[in-house]
Amino acid sequence: MMRADNLFKTFNPGTPLENPVLRGLSLTIESGQFVTVIGSNGAGKSTFLNAISGDISPDTGSLFIDGQDVTRQSAWQRAALVARVFQDPLAGTCEGLTIEENLALAMQRGQGRGLSRAVKASYREAFRDKLSTLKLGLENRLGDRMGLLSGGQRQAVSLLMASLQPSRLLLLDEHTAALDPKTAAFVLELTDRIVTENKLTALMVTHSMRQALDHGHRTVMLHQGRVVLDVSGDSRSRMDVPDLLAMFEQTRGEKLDDDALLLG
Amino acid sequence: MSLISLMGALEIGLIFALVALGVLISFRLLNFPDLTADGSFPLGGAVAAVLIAGGHDPWLACGLAAIAGAAAGWLTAWLNVRLGILQLLASILVMIALYSINLRIMGAPNIALIGLPTVFTPFISTVNDNAWLIQPAVLAVIVVIAKLLLDAFFASETGLALRATGANPRMARAQGISTDRMTLAGMALSNALIALAGALYVQTQGGADISMGIGTIVVGLAAVIIGETLLPPRTLWLVTLATVLGALLYRLLIALALNADFIGLQAQDLNLITAVLVGLALVLPKIKGKLRNKQGGKSA
Repeated sequence: MMRADNLFKTFNPGTPLENPVLRGLSLTIESGQFVTVIGSNGAGKSTFLNAISGDISPDTGSLFIDGQDVTRQSAWQRAALVARVFQDPLAGTCEGLTIEENLALAMQRGQGRGLSRAVKASYREAFRDKLSTLKLGLENRLGDRMGLLSGGQRQAVSLLMASLQPSRLLLLDEHTAALDPKTAAFVLELTDRIVTENKLTALMVTHSMRQALDHGHRTVMLHQGRVVLDVSGDSRSRMDVPDLLAMFEQTRGEKLDDDALLLG
Repeated sequence: MSLISLMGALEIGLIFALVALGVLISFRLLNFPDLTADGSFPLGGAVAAVLIAGGHDPWLACGLAAIAGAAAGWLTAWLNVRLGILQLLASILVMIALYSINLRIMGAPNIALIGLPTVFTPFISTVNDNAWLIQPAVLAVIVVIAKLLLDAFFASETGLALRATGANPRMARAQGISTDRMTLAGMALSNALIALAGALYVQTQGGADISMGIGTIVVGLAAVIIGETLLPPRTLWLVTLATVLGALLYRLLIALALNADFIGLQAQDLNLITAVLVGLALVLPKIKGKLRNKQGGKSA
C-alpha cells in the first residue's frame, strides 16, 4: 500500500523561475492495485514519481509505503520497498557491466552487500530461467555487456530486474516512451505479465490515454500538480479515450489541448 | 641499456603500478577525477619514512602509510559528497593541504633511510649485493597480490556496487546502493594504494623528499591510458592487468628515452617525455580506429 498526503513541491522557489509542480497531491494505492497515471506536460507526473522513489524530497506533505513513513528517506534507503523502471532505457542498467552483473545488482536490492561473490552460480541458473521467459535469447548471453543490447531489450531486462526482489511498489516512468511501437507493445505486455504474476502494486506513468485505459485497474489524471480524475472498476472498463476527455473537461471546465495525450 | 638500469625501470614501474591501480579506481571506476594522488603518494612516503627512521617495523610502516592515504582519499570524497565541492577542486584542496601536513609529519624537507631496515632487507644477501634483483622481485609479488585482491573485491557484492556507483549513480541508488558511502570507501581504497606505493618508493630510494609527489597523478593516469590502449577492457581482471602492464611499459619507455644518448634527452626532460607519451597514448586509439575504417572501406 502507498499513501501520498498533500504533497507540495516548488522548484526554484523565490526566483523568477519559480515553478510549483506539486500542489497538494494526495493519492492512496491499495496493495495489488495497478494504477496508470496520465497528465499533460508539466502536470507533475514525473515529479510525483521522483518524490515516491526518493530522487526528490517534497517541500511539505508525507509519503507512506506499507505503513512506513518514507518522506525523509533517501532513494537508496527506500529501495527495499520501491522498484523502478526508468523512461530512458540507458538509465535503468549499467552499460559497462555484463547482463549477469546488472541482474546481480538487482538481486541485492534491499539486501545488505558483503564481500561474497556478486554473481553466484545459483544466481546464474535463476537468471537463465528468468531471461528465457523474455524469449529474446538473452539467456545465452549472460556475459555480454549491457551496452550491446537494444533499447527494447534493455527495458525488458530492467523490468526483470525490478521483479527479482519483492517490492511494495513498482514505479514505471513512461518506460515505453523511448521505444518503437512494436517493442513498446512487447514491453507493455511483459509489464502486465510481471505485475500479474508477482501480484505487484504498481504505478505506471504514461503519455497515452489509450495505454492508460488498456492496462491496470485504475486510472488517475494529474493536472497542475493535483489528482483531477480517478476512475476504476466498471465505469473505467466501459470508458474510451473521448469519454476520458469529456470527463476531464467537465471537471475542470477547460479544454485539454495536449496533442501528446490525445494521440496514441 | 644495462640490465641494472632495466631492473631499475621495472622497480619504479611496479611501484607506479600500485599508483595506477589507485587511479583506475578513482578516475575510471568511480568516475571521480582525483588529484589527491600528488599529496597522498608523498603522505605514504612521509609516514613510512618517519616510522622506519624511528625504528619501527617497515611492514607496520607500510600499513600505517596506507591508512593515512585512505584518510586523505576519504577526506577528498567527503568534501565532495557531504559539502558539495566540485570533485576536482576538492582533490586539489586536499592535495595542497597535504603538502603542509607532509612537512609536519617529516619535520624536515627530507629524511634519509640509508642503512635502515626496509621491507626488502630480509631478502637481500649481505655477501653479494643483489638488491637490484630482490627489490623488483618483492615489489612484483606485492603488485600481483594487490591486483588479485582487487579483482576479487570488484567481483564481490560491494565491489560491484562500487562499479555501479561510478557507471550509473541513479540506477545504483534505485538498487539500494548508497552512492555517497561507496564514493567515500572507493576513494579511501584508491588513495590507500597510492600511499602504499609512496611508502615502498621511499624504501627503494633510500629516503623521503617533500617534492616526491609532483606529477604522481600524471604518471598514474598515463599508465591507465597506455594499458587501455594495449588491451581492450573487456573484463575487469583484464583492465587491472592492462593497468599494471601500462605502468611497466611507461617506465621502460622513459628509461629507453633517457638511455638513448643519440636523442640527447636527460633526466630533467622527464616531465616533457611523460606529456608526449600520454599524448601519444591518447591519440593512438583514434589513429587505430581511422586506419581500420580505411581498410574496411577498401575491402567493401
